[in-house]
Amino acid sequence: MFLAHINSLQASIFSSLAIVSLLLTFVMLGSHWLRNYVYAFAAQSWLIAALSASVAYFSGYKELYAIAVLTALFRGLVLPWLLMRIVGRLNVRREIHTILQPSSSLVIGAFAVMFAFVIANHMNRQQEAAHVVVLALTIMLSMKFLGFLMLSVRDEAVSQILALLVLENGIFLGSQILVPGMPLLIEIVILFDLLIVVACFGMLVRFLVVHAGTTSSRSLNRLVG
Amino acid sequence: MGQQPLAILFLAPLTAISLSLGLRRVRIAEYATVAAAVIDLLISVPLLVRALSSTQILWRGYIRLDTLGAWVILCISVVYALSSIYAVGYMRLLNEEERLPLFYALFSGFAFTMLAACVTNNVGVFWIAIELTTLVSTFLVGFEREAESTEAAWKYIVVVSGGLTLALLGTILFYWGGSFVLGPTYSMTWATLRSSAPKVYPPLLLVSFLLVLVGYGTKAGLTPMHTWLPDAHSESPAPVSAMLSGALLNASMLGITRFLGVVSGASITRFAHSAVVGFGIFSFALAALFIVRQTGIKRLMAYSSVEHIGVQALGLGFGGPLGVAGALYHMLNHSLNKSLMFFGAGNAMRAYGTKEISGIRHVLKTFPVSGMLWLLGAVGIAGAPPFALFLSEFTILRAGIGGRFRWVVIVFIVFLIVVFIAFLAHFRSMYFGEEPEREASRLPEAIWRTLPMWLAFLPLLLLGLWWPHGLWDVFAKIYSGLLGGAQ
Repeated sequence: MFLAHINSLQASIFSSLAIVSLLLTFVMLGSHWLRNYVYAFAAQSWLIAALSASVAYFSGYKELYAIAVLTALFRGLVLPWLLMRIVGRLNVRREIHTILQPSSSLVIGAFAVMFAFVIANHMNRQQEAAHVVVLALTIMLSMKFLGFLMLSVRDEAVSQILALLVLENGIFLGSQILVPGMPLLIEIVILFDLLIVVACFGMLVRFLVVHAGTTSSRSLNRLVG
Repeated sequence: MGQQPLAILFLAPLTAISLSLGLRRVRIAEYATVAAAVIDLLISVPLLVRALSSTQILWRGYIRLDTLGAWVILCISVVYALSSIYAVGYMRLLNEEERLPLFYALFSGFAFTMLAACVTNNVGVFWIAIELTTLVSTFLVGFEREAESTEAAWKYIVVVSGGLTLALLGTILFYWGGSFVLGPTYSMTWATLRSSAPKVYPPLLLVSFLLVLVGYGTKAGLTPMHTWLPDAHSESPAPVSAMLSGALLNASMLGITRFLGVVSGASITRFAHSAVVGFGIFSFALAALFIVRQTGIKRLMAYSSVEHIGVQALGLGFGGPLGVAGALYHMLNHSLNKSLMFFGAGNAMRAYGTKEISGIRHVLKTFPVSGMLWLLGAVGIAGAPPFALFLSEFTILRAGIGGRFRWVVIVFIVFLIVVFIAFLAHFRSMYFGEEPEREASRLPEAIWRTLPMWLAFLPLLLLGLWWPHGLWDVFAKIYSGLLGGAQ
């Protein structure tokens, strides 16, 4: 178990990278501007790439270097670029919050993180490096909660795609720390995410064609009951 | 020897895809798809027989053909064959000739991904296969390119992908739990997870299982994660609705079944079964209430799918040889019956030009033969004898009646009665209601749409009257496999 032997320097590098990623999710949660979501997402992806690289360096799982490169390339560059193009084309610059103001969603998000911490604390039995393990679990679960929160209070199609990507980033981040030994699966999942996103874009474009301009899920109210 | 039938199972739809996309001829695409589907159906039976004699691990351990997987392959192939025949007759009515080759390619691709999910030995690859089914079928749901179908497709991909990320998190936590027992790097197969599960810290195992249950439950349409299902099932073309309902839900239930098997030796297994029963009865009850007040014909069928997935979850949750046998028998019967129902609904929708139940009247005048089959199918899907669903529901009731879930069984019976009355009341109004407001139009080429209805109806009647003895061996084998017995 690689986590059993980490020293305090490694622990603090991993922890700070993970915590800053979580903070960036809050940036996305608290912002009005679609561009800011995309920047925050790109920065988060770069941090995750840095985390992969540092885990690779300290643990000796060399495959993680490749994953770090792929993460930085696809999640950190290609996806934000595609999202930016969509945002630019749409003429939608900011999200109109009808359900929940960003400030209130920040408060709810903070409670979600506490809840995630309580669950994470119950799930861990390991004594060595317990703080890193619990932190990784907390961030995994709280990015789930925050992603679903964004999915439910945001209307714009771009925000919903980003919320889905946050859901996946959380898993990805936690798994780098907890299970660095399962590279093949993670690698496939990376490529797979991209497929999802491409499909979402395909849908989005058709959506735009059909609805001629509206990309807000609030106007998707024909099918009920 | 050994790998050939499996290779043909996958090569057939692949060939159909490449012919459809390569030649771009509608007729070739139609016949290639039907041929591939029939080949798959014919080959799924010997596959089941072979899996019954021994579980096969192939291709460096990535492929696993066991009885459970082969059974689900059979269910999926049945629906694939029936709905591809129906698609030939139905899709010609849509006036979308130039896009039909693409439709058939996606259709076979959808079947391919579901079949792939049944034979993967790696838990992560299983997740990917299930996620791929979403991506392919999204474009089938949105095929008609109307505002409603695009809305349904958007909701489908967002809700289901969101739900499936929970399953991915659960899968990774399962792996993490196993790494305390098996070391940091091991191959994540169903068998290794099962062997490590009893030694994993129970709270961790519990959270992992619940995440996986909710994740694959979203895809299977268990309430309250079912919200995408009525939209997607009602807005896609009728053959796709049949595939979504009869085949896709089975592939997702396969995941839940396998994970129930993984935790079956651990201390949380009692709670895991309670959770599955809870989702099952809640799905069943809620779907029954929606059936009562439903006004759209295809949404009625969609809620009926939620209801029957609830029944399957109840069977798996009650457990024991009877519960598992009932749930798996129900899987096949529901596949047959729901295909029949969606075919009938597709016919009625096209002839009367409406999706509303109130617009469909005097079906027997318009469809003397297929209308009668549809009505008998409705009696069957409401759970009446002598059709097969009665037999499987009765088996599930017997599995639950004596155990700790006896109160659930009582609720189950009450809502079975509710469903029976409500479902047939809708059909009474469509068959024997007052005169229609508008005339139904005659549809050409009825044979393509009536033939699959016969092909679904006859086995349904046969399986309701006679439970083949060989099926007991299949179910007993699957049950012992789930408990980790000799495979």
